[in-house]
Amino acid sequence: MTRWLQALVWALVSLVGAGAFGVLALRRGETISAAWLLTAAVCTYAVGYRFYSKILATKVFALDWERATTAELRADGRDFVPTNKWIVFGHHFAAIAGPGPLVGPTLAAQFGYLPGALWIIVGVVLGGAVQDMVILCSSVRRDGKSLGQMVKDEIGPVAGFTALVAVLGIMIILISVLALIVVKALAESPWGVVTVGLTIPIAMLMGIYLKYLRPGRVLEVSAIGIFLLVVALYAGQWVAQHPTWATTFTLSGTTIAFALMAYSFAAAVMPVWLLLAPRDYLSAFVKIGVVVALGAGILLVLPPIQMPAVTRFIDGTGPVFAGKVFPFVFITIACGAISGFHALIASGTTPKLLSNETDARMVGYGAMLTESMVATMALIAACVLTPGIYFAINSPAGIIGTTAEGAAQVIAGWGFTLSPGELTALAAQVEETSLLSRTGGAPSLAVGMAKIFADVLGGDGAMALWYHFAVMFEALFILTTLDAGTRVGRFMLQDLGKHLWAPFGRVSWYPAVLLASALFVSAWGYFLYQGVTDPLGGINSLWPLFGIANQLLATVALCLGTTVIIKMGKARYAWMTLLPMCWLVVVTMTAGWMKLFSPDPRIGFLAHADAVQAALAAGTLPPGVKDAAGAARLLFNDRLDAAVAGIFLLAVLIILIDSAREWFHVLGGRKPMQTTEFPAIPRGTVTAEMRVELNAPPF
Amino acid sequence: MSAWFARAAATLRRILGAPDYAAYLAHHQACHPERAPLGEREFIAERLAARYERPGSRCC
Repeated sequence: MTRWLQALVWALVSLVGAGAFGVLALRRGETISAAWLLTAAVCTYAVGYRFYSKILATKVFALDWERATTAELRADGRDFVPTNKWIVFGHHFAAIAGPGPLVGPTLAAQFGYLPGALWIIVGVVLGGAVQDMVILCSSVRRDGKSLGQMVKDEIGPVAGFTALVAVLGIMIILISVLALIVVKALAESPWGVVTVGLTIPIAMLMGIYLKYLRPGRVLEVSAIGIFLLVVALYAGQWVAQHPTWATTFTLSGTTIAFALMAYSFAAAVMPVWLLLAPRDYLSAFVKIGVVVALGAGILLVLPPIQMPAVTRFIDGTGPVFAGKVFPFVFITIACGAISGFHALIASGTTPKLLSNETDARMVGYGAMLTESMVATMALIAACVLTPGIYFAINSPAGIIGTTAEGAAQVIAGWGFTLSPGELTALAAQVEETSLLSRTGGAPSLAVGMAKIFADVLGGDGAMALWYHFAVMFEALFILTTLDAGTRVGRFMLQDLGKHLWAPFGRVSWYPAVLLASALFVSAWGYFLYQGVTDPLGGINSLWPLFGIANQLLATVALCLGTTVIIKMGKARYAWMTLLPMCWLVVVTMTAGWMKLFSPDPRIGFLAHADAVQAALAAGTLPPGVKDAAGAARLLFNDRLDAAVAGIFLLAVLIILIDSAREWFHVLGGRKPMQTTEFPAIPRGTVTAEMRVELNAPPF
Repeated sequence: MSAWFARAAATLRRILGAPDYAAYLAHHQACHPERAPLGEREFIAERLAARYERPGSRCC
């Protein structure tokens, strides 16, 4: 009887979800309630979790409740600590959720809400969540090994080394594009600069408090930090309204770019207790708080979605970034649908915490569904703006000009209405000098969030505070990735460089530390500077590179997952990882190819270089470029970006070929079907003597 | 009430991934009673250093 009841409930959930999708796709009115999008998402997630992840848990990995996890086998009270599954879930979610799922959907909204929503919802169930869970399961049975190590063990040294270099390249592009978003959000905004700038001394105060006054009082100091953040928010408003201070803190994009580089360099070489750790605590609280608040806000307001289901820009002529809906929606939205970076987390801290194998389903699959929900909410927040406002904020000045009147005219030509007064009134409401061409996604998302929050609390009068709160939240988020990422990059660089020159690898030798940090900061700093000075806005060239890079890492992770599944003797289930893998290969290869060789200079790096060269040869300058030196720089940057895209594509090919070779060898019987899994030991029978025998570090 | 509060606080701290000295001490006493454990400050410093060395702790 209960079986029938269950079947009925799940059939109902599926029907409601399918119905919501139908309404989304076929609606006729001017606007549609966000409730439809939320319903479609939640029902799909529920069905995916209940049925699809169950196949992975029971058929593929046969997760065993009785089998000791690596956390139990190696328990050391430090890295390996068996932990309650809800805590692991929270920890894992806080680690995977970054600014990616907020920015990608905002940018992809230029195609309308439907392409992005479909990819986020379907992609996560069949791709992203599968990847996270498979890597987590693989790592938890292999001593909590990292992705790079597992690729080397399971596929081979060539793929392993390629993955290592790819991760370093991805970090560089990731950090530069995130920094670019902060620059775009803070340029010419004294309120934003002061509020975000103050978060640095706040974090340092917290660090000193934790180190010298009350060691270990993390929650107490976080509460103080959050209070100081609110003070910083009001301080920013005071400065912005002050006649002289406001001009002092009105900074140009390039100034902020160099400030970010200096900050990240300092964070990479300073002791972690002073800046990184306290900042992380603060950011985690703000992150979880805002995600919950945004969810509650959307539920309470159920705002109407103003963006059409599909805009004309699916033909590739979009102003936010160039390129057709296929393949560009699939690389613009990486985090939220599938993000290769998660594979590093799922094979990092998380597998060392699982107290029971079966928890991997909720932690791996479930946390990724939650992140997808965040991406859906970001998409909603971006789409509560009218298309006119959305395109005015997100289109670069090179396309819509520098006046509200001119922009309104261009946007009217696209078929969207925008009155110049509407835009200036909105800018005045959020107390910014202008909202025109504030590209990068962060400002438009902040306006959308402010609209939703102000609807719940404070009304129109609170828009300015909510807007700058949202900007602060996004910047805090991004800066935590920036500084910690730079530090990790420094260690990775030192680790790679020690093969060339041994002393370079000494992690506590100051000359090596300073050199490696400076090298890594200049690497991403170069791309950042290129983006800030790019007449096309920078996002157009850097965000697709980041998307391709992230999807490349996902391809690596899914290659590894397929290898693991085949070597477990479960080749008949290998389609579960092969399906998203093939899709990503098609997407990254097409997008990469287009970024390289498309004849459209807005899409193809090389075509753009040709256009610049032709302009130079004709004795003119490309639009937005002031002198011949600037044009020469543009030319070099185009070729550099092309080379980076080429390297990423090559890396995909190498890993794919290396993996396929391994699969055929194993399936053809030329190689033994052997996994590197740790032996199964029953739970609760692991003794201290066994741990010593298993070669655990004797702490 | 205070026991409930302490549990909630401990849960939050572990979600944040803050160094958990009490858990370390408990483990140490249970498994390696013959050795002297690290002091709290040493332990915190060691944990933080380890956390920010690997790429597995950060995402986009």
